[in-house]
Amino acid sequence: MMDNNELLSRIIAEVLAEMGGSVPASAVESAVKASMASTGAGASHSSGAADIDITTDITSKESKATPTLDNPADMDSLMRMKGKTPARIGVGRAGGRLKTQTLLTLRADHAAAKDAVFMDVDPALLEKMGLFSVTTMCTDKNQFLTRPDLGRKFSDEAIREIQSKCQKNPDVQIYASDGLSSTAIKANLENILPAIMDGLKAKGISVGTPFFVKYGRVGAEDAISEALGAKVVCVLIGERPGLATAESMSAYIAYNATVGMPEARRTVVSNIHSGGIAAVEAGAYIADLIEKILKAKKSGVELQN
Amino acid sequence: MKQILSVGIDIGTSTTQVIFSSLSVENTSGYFTVPKISIVGKDILYKGEIHRTPLRTRTLIDGEAVREIVAAEFQKAGYTPSQTETGAVIITGESARKENSEEVLRYLSDFAGEFVVSTAGPDIESIVAGKGSGAAAYSEDNGVAVVNLDIGGGTTNAVIFDDGEVTAKGCLDIGGRLVTVDASGRIDYISDSARQVAQSVGVELRQGDAARIEDLTKLCDGYAAVLEQFLGLSGKTSLLDALKTPGSSDFVLHPKLRAVCFSGGVADFVYGTQQDPFHFGDIGVLLGQAIRRSKVCSAFRVIGAAETIRATVVGAGTYTTSVSGSTIDYSDGLFPLKNVPVLRLDAKEQAACFAGDPSVLREKLKWFLQQNDCKNAVIAMDGESDPSYIAVQRLAQSIVDGADGVLSPNEPVMIVLRHDMAKVLGRQVRALLADKRPVISIDSIIVQQNDYIDMGRPLMDGMVIPVVVKTLIFG
Repeated sequence: MMDNNELLSRIIAEVLAEMGGSVPASAVESAVKASMASTGAGASHSSGAADIDITTDITSKESKATPTLDNPADMDSLMRMKGKTPARIGVGRAGGRLKTQTLLTLRADHAAAKDAVFMDVDPALLEKMGLFSVTTMCTDKNQFLTRPDLGRKFSDEAIREIQSKCQKNPDVQIYASDGLSSTAIKANLENILPAIMDGLKAKGISVGTPFFVKYGRVGAEDAISEALGAKVVCVLIGERPGLATAESMSAYIAYNATVGMPEARRTVVSNIHSGGIAAVEAGAYIADLIEKILKAKKSGVELQN
Repeated sequence: MKQILSVGIDIGTSTTQVIFSSLSVENTSGYFTVPKISIVGKDILYKGEIHRTPLRTRTLIDGEAVREIVAAEFQKAGYTPSQTETGAVIITGESARKENSEEVLRYLSDFAGEFVVSTAGPDIESIVAGKGSGAAAYSEDNGVAVVNLDIGGGTTNAVIFDDGEVTAKGCLDIGGRLVTVDASGRIDYISDSARQVAQSVGVELRQGDAARIEDLTKLCDGYAAVLEQFLGLSGKTSLLDALKTPGSSDFVLHPKLRAVCFSGGVADFVYGTQQDPFHFGDIGVLLGQAIRRSKVCSAFRVIGAAETIRATVVGAGTYTTSVSGSTIDYSDGLFPLKNVPVLRLDAKEQAACFAGDPSVLREKLKWFLQQNDCKNAVIAMDGESDPSYIAVQRLAQSIVDGADGVLSPNEPVMIVLRHDMAKVLGRQVRALLADKRPVISIDSIIVQQNDYIDMGRPLMDGMVIPVVVKTLIFG
């Protein structure tokens, strides 16, 4: 993706070229910087856009780790506090409002969250992993977001496809679904799925044919469990992104899942992402958990008690 | 919640103490995520008396008499050695001399339950005392650098914690019993350390002379001045080097040291407890008062200690045990394991293993086992925070191949990682070995090269293993 700096540079260079004569790149860059600086120059306080180094990625870990508070009384302690939380502390303020950088970072993080929801999982990833794809009764993203009920159901045709392509009556049926974050699938699926499958196979537990469900809600696993006659069903699904991470995945696991069963019968492993539990380690843990569920013949709250 | 009974035994130059504590272990994560089992509570169940350490000569401990003290404390507390699941025996100060330590540990072997650690050395004592005094917790809670000075009979053990982590440790021959006074008020012992300091402050001390408060106060002011140098509050003199305890680490000052905490027998008198100067027949009271007057107490924020004279024994009893990460993997029937040496791979060596090259590990393991004349070692490395599955598979293959032919058949492969990836790695290693060797793979443990590690029986449905990391062992 082209950043603003690059875009401005290109426009200026093009305009100058049209006016005749070539311009060295460095001259363009300084013109861009001057123009960016002047945007903030109108503000009388120190926290205008002029403070922002437009060449850094403000959503990067390094940038977020740097306090933007002016003159902190104890920089060391502030750095320590920042090291313990992804929350936006030590960012300072401009009068009663957020600083420009804080505001832009918030908007950039919000944009990443929206991307995670609105993007589709890359078909190339599914192909590479050998996963076929079926779609719930939702016809597009907007319907998926506004009609959660349709995200739990399949057409008869889709059910037949699942039944024809998958092994029947496995001990465990695992599948992946976009849910509310395609980014989570992209970040974790390749690492977590084989970790679970190998883990279960090593325990002598039969695992059904994995696949992918587009526009899927958690409850879709009940319909899949019924269609395939699986003892245990496990969906690896993207979680609603927040402003801290858009990559969080959860596994919802249920024993003898049936359409309309209480939500309390699901066991969930959440917070699977690089800043939470690593996908590979979560995979190994989920394999153990599924073994426990198969032995106990129950899941969710019943398993905890 | 699960309770672990832990014993702490501290045998110092002047006192011998025993405490029992209960460590509460619990899953602190919610229903909806991977379990995280931690030690959530440390309750002291029994504090024994403060016994004078029985000595056969001025510096040689009477092991048999120590054994009797410990046996009596067990009985009074109402516990048997077989009930204690973890803990530590710490031999400290001047009594930590090798001939002493070995003898004492031999006498105490019946009381060191199957998982009680025997350990000694000035560095460990510094850290243990700093944890027991509460300095470590203060540093973590307040995010500041704190120095703990544990001033005992023979030595002052110093440790700096920054945000709860040890950044420096050191030890000086400064203590309350470096000059002793008999019942008739005459000086009956002057240590080498005291002679040097006395000379530097122009005081003449002679064994058998009447103890004069003015002279001994001057001596103690001399000691306090050395502590000021030690903490960078005044220019160093050769006396500072002369008083450094042999075998202790070089004390590296923290640039932002903010607070000081005192523990050990002398601490009470730094904090202002009033007592007749020669009540204990030594210079402890005067030394405490001298330190209170010195820059050590005016240059830093002085924080109260949770424990003073008992800091080391409390630290030994409650802070030596930690638990592994909660997603780990191991073969059954291997625990407890004691005193396993640690072979640590650095970033480069780890990278080679991740890349699928077992030769680095094989060579290093072979060399390490020969050097240490041992049959096996824990293979320790940082690991990665979010590795790919392929990377884990390659690492597992490197470890299996690296151990093959170096470890004798049936010896377990033992892996200790910092990052949370032990379960998946352990599974891979087990799958590759196909029961040819047992496997232990645990994480969330930080160890250094040449540390030793104890691993206890699994707790909490086998989810975690109690672990003690030590830097020095005897016996």
